[in-house]
Amino acid sequence: MRFSARIPLQLNVIYGHRHMHQLATAGGGERPLLSLRDINMTFGGVRALKNVSFDVRPGEVHCLAGENGCGKSTLIKIITGVYRPADGASIEFDGETYSHMSPVTAQDRGIQVIWQDLALFPEMSVAENIAFQTVLGRWPKLVDYGRMRQIAKDALARLGVTLDVDLPLKEYAIAQRQIVAIARALVGEAKLVFMDEPTASLTQSETDHLLDIVRGLSASGVAVVFVSHRLAEVLEISSRITVLRDGALVGVYPAASMTQSRITELMTGKTFDQQVRAKSRDGQPAVLDVKGLSRPGQFEDISLTVRRGETLGITGLLGSGRTELALTLFGMLKPASGSISIEGKPIRFSSNRDAIEAGVAYLSEDRLSLGLIQPQPIADNLVISSLDKVLSGGLLSEERKRSLVGRWIADLGVKIGLQQDAISTLSGGNQQRVAIAKWLATDPKLLILDAPTVGVDVGARAGIFDIVARLAESGLAIILISDEVPEVYFNADRVLHMAQGRIVGSYDPRTSSLGDIEGAVYA
Amino acid sequence: MPSFVRTHATEVSLLGVIIAICAVLSVTTANFFSLGNAFDLLNISSVNIIFAVGLLVVLIAGGIDISFAVAASVVQYGTAIALGWIGGGGWVSGLLIAGSIGVLLGAVNAFLIHRFRVISIVATISTFNIYFGLLMFFTKGVSIYDLPDWLTDRVVLFEREMPDGTWIEITLPVLVMAICVIATWVLITRTTTGRQLYAFGDNPEGARRFGINIGAMQFIAFGWLGLMAGIGGLIQAHYAQEVVPNALYGRELDVLAAVVLGGARLGGGKGSVLGCVLGVLLISITQNGLNLMGVSPFAFKMIIGAIILVAITLSNTSIERLLPFLTQKGTGR
Amino acid sequence: MSAVVDRIKNLLGPEMAGPGLAFLAVMLVFGIASPQFLSAATFGSVAFQLPELGLLTLAMLLPILTGGLNLAITFTANIAGLTLAWVLQANGGVDAGLGAFLLGSVLAILVGAVSGVVMGLVIAFTRAHPILVSLSMMIFLRGLGEFLTRGGDVSGFPAFLGPLGHGSFLGLPIPLIAFIVCVLAWHVLLSRTKLGFNTYMIGSNLEATRYSGINTRKVIVLVYALSGAMCAIAGIIMLARFNSVRIGHGESYLLITVLACFLGGVNPFGGFGRVIPVFVALVVLQLLSSGLNLIGANQHLATAVWGLLLAGVMVLRFVATKFKISFVRKET
Repeated sequence: MRFSARIPLQLNVIYGHRHMHQLATAGGGERPLLSLRDINMTFGGVRALKNVSFDVRPGEVHCLAGENGCGKSTLIKIITGVYRPADGASIEFDGETYSHMSPVTAQDRGIQVIWQDLALFPEMSVAENIAFQTVLGRWPKLVDYGRMRQIAKDALARLGVTLDVDLPLKEYAIAQRQIVAIARALVGEAKLVFMDEPTASLTQSETDHLLDIVRGLSASGVAVVFVSHRLAEVLEISSRITVLRDGALVGVYPAASMTQSRITELMTGKTFDQQVRAKSRDGQPAVLDVKGLSRPGQFEDISLTVRRGETLGITGLLGSGRTELALTLFGMLKPASGSISIEGKPIRFSSNRDAIEAGVAYLSEDRLSLGLIQPQPIADNLVISSLDKVLSGGLLSEERKRSLVGRWIADLGVKIGLQQDAISTLSGGNQQRVAIAKWLATDPKLLILDAPTVGVDVGARAGIFDIVARLAESGLAIILISDEVPEVYFNADRVLHMAQGRIVGSYDPRTSSLGDIEGAVYA
Repeated sequence: MPSFVRTHATEVSLLGVIIAICAVLSVTTANFFSLGNAFDLLNISSVNIIFAVGLLVVLIAGGIDISFAVAASVVQYGTAIALGWIGGGGWVSGLLIAGSIGVLLGAVNAFLIHRFRVISIVATISTFNIYFGLLMFFTKGVSIYDLPDWLTDRVVLFEREMPDGTWIEITLPVLVMAICVIATWVLITRTTTGRQLYAFGDNPEGARRFGINIGAMQFIAFGWLGLMAGIGGLIQAHYAQEVVPNALYGRELDVLAAVVLGGARLGGGKGSVLGCVLGVLLISITQNGLNLMGVSPFAFKMIIGAIILVAITLSNTSIERLLPFLTQKGTGR
Repeated sequence: MSAVVDRIKNLLGPEMAGPGLAFLAVMLVFGIASPQFLSAATFGSVAFQLPELGLLTLAMLLPILTGGLNLAITFTANIAGLTLAWVLQANGGVDAGLGAFLLGSVLAILVGAVSGVVMGLVIAFTRAHPILVSLSMMIFLRGLGEFLTRGGDVSGFPAFLGPLGHGSFLGLPIPLIAFIVCVLAWHVLLSRTKLGFNTYMIGSNLEATRYSGINTRKVIVLVYALSGAMCAIAGIIMLARFNSVRIGHGESYLLITVLACFLGGVNPFGGFGRVIPVFVALVVLQLLSSGLNLIGANQHLATAVWGLLLAGVMVLRFVATKFKISFVRKET
């Protein structure tokens, strides 16, 4: 079974990028709300943006797409006045022309941003978070809490949501905080709202609700620029898509004419030709055998087997219990009932140290704060879980460390400067390779990969999966967890679908189609 | 009311502990439960409460200050000298001078922190040493007993004998303390500047994106603590009727403990004036109670240290984490 | 040759720049200002004053590296000193034998370690802020010490303790030898052992360290226990130096130890910092105070200058980073 992204390049072929861009702006037949021309930006000698133009029409949902580092966030920061573009730029917003914006002007004119980290104040009340702009200003004034509460309630009502506006924000979960951030944007009489990866930490139903809200905003005349790496959402919600690559404009495209794979091609400049890698491993001995594993409220009655050399894919949406299951297999959570056996021996873990000892390794989904220790050197991150291997006479040996690290760096093809450089200096893809090497250094029998491509550029993902395939061939049992169905579909031997803490489906990629599984997961 | 309990858990539990201690003390000691004693307590605690509300503002804004207590000593000396120059002065000029010197010393911290991005604990440890070292160097450790009369005379604003024979008195320190407490409360809960301070402490990056003036925040927070340190220093000199250069040395950590006991968080964004006052009062009441119970003064600090240690342990630990066997069958992590 | 330079660079690390420059500046300024500065007498006085502050600084260093602080160090040292004093007194005071001293020292180190273990347990299991935990421990120990001694001195120790405080061996003061041994021990601990490695990792990110399979609670408890034990060693040396124990001894060292760590390039948030630069920073502080003494100033002025030095180094560090950034920008 082949999956090939070969939608005819008709638009490009016929018009070329430049013409395409003009077509998209002129074709709307109305004046753009925001129009950027000749935007250049340089950081320390690196050109982050090269002659970028960007238009948004009133009331449209416009998607800004591109890989990490393509200049998306720089562009947003220029529009909102955080950065000042190089001379010669023109920013036209709502009929007025500026050479650069300032945060105050941008907010005054009705440009609002919902940052990925939301920039909210968890200890302050919901009302204060929503009506925060009433406490801004250089000179002290008395706070009018009544007005604040009213503003907050009105904004929430516009979104059709009720929250207790007097509670501190920290009492609410991430999805409600997202709504608070949107409500705050509305208070500023927004004409244009930027949303930076708004669905990254939402469950499917929360995402659906959010997308409804975005549609509602659009219908009420507020333009929304949506930045998301989840291409399915991008296509569902937006009317036009602007693609950036390496700081330059690739083109502007009507969403109706696009597919996910086409956007990927435009973002990376490469064509991807993916093939199902699944094989049968039935003859192999079982490495992991799980029977009736439960943690009430998180997952129930999970039974599964992973064999030597097998890659078991587990997919399911956020909140389906997949990460909790992984943490239980890794000894960091205790199951309420059920059994775990490694190579036929039943095992109870009292901590993840027992699990590592038994040959289980777990690559965290949160590489930035749980997977790697960002400020510390590459070498130290790599050896942290296998320190015993670099001991010599009971003391850590710099020599042994260097040679062990050197070996893994070469083996996994990690591009680094010095071993002593902080891991945070590496790109997402290279960081993930180091994280995999860190676990391989513990000689695992079972490697659990939880969302291994989060924060890894589309172009670098294939490299990660090549490593995974090689490891499987060498006999490692692998559990690959991802909420992106194509990832598990193309890279696993079997795919389990988890929902509400249970395994609700099992698929063989050689006999099922991608559409079948996606249909079941996103239903 | 239920929502007040929910959002002010620390204050409510502190109040509960204070009431419990008072109940025990009024049963076990004869003199504790009297209005006279209550006003005594307020008198004794005034200076610490003034310092505490100042420090609270810095903690809310996400900083910490080790230097304010020795800064207050510098203020005492500076004010005493300046009053000598102007030939005596009075309460108004005294407070003005003390407040200005305090604000200036606080601004030095803010300047280091904002202009050179020095972390507040590092900056204030260096100013702590600078202020204290210079003070001891220039004064040669000599105390001043020769203060203006207006400063050393006890000012009783209100007094009345109670039916039980005790006297209630409201003295000047209590009045000044009340003004400082109310002013701080107004600043941090009722003004936009105060809310910006909270926001800055809670999420500095978020505050920056809103265009809040970060430098102004640092100067306001450390300036306010400087002002409180100045006023508190003058009141302490009035209360003690002398100026001893190392009298306040070490006070910074006691006040810090009380403020954090009152629910302020190291790291910013959290804390209330009420909690802060209750934190100081809890410690004074315990001390006062132990005194009345005839416990050796040498044991006070030990018991208070133990109380703070237990309080901190408990406030950071939910019951189920302390008693895991209670919830083993449930879903607790 | 360049490999040797690299090794030295690696050994000293980037933290060395601040204290190294300060060292050169102090030598230069006082060398010019006072002809007696570069003399054996100066270094003799530095050598005798360095150990107490130095040992306490080592005790402060480990918790700071984990992102914490141990504000109880001085009182832990004196409580440990009191333990030794009582053991000596119970065994004849002035006539106590070497056995009593050894027993007392072991008990003193144990007492120091226990105070650390209590703090470590509270910090590791409740995640309370180390500043608060150690602050309340400090208030508790100060109270305990005052309660037990009624605020007075405990003295009357056997004569053979004198050399431990004032004696020399091969021309080096014995306290200095003890201190250098401890510095080397800490250096090996931090750069060559698993515990040291994990201390740095926890300082940068506790949760990620736990996810990597490290028993972070054990590491934290051990760090505070070692910190307490090091306080006890300082307490024993202080007992021998002053020939008495008093709960308030060395109280003013508390914030100086923090200052010395920061001056030695230790990151206030934890995760980075080495022993050798901190050692150099301590030497600089003592040289400063000896130099100021020579030109007629007292310890209080030295304290102020220490504060100025820390502020100055921090400001210079900021300026240097700014300069480096603008330099790189121009380069490319």
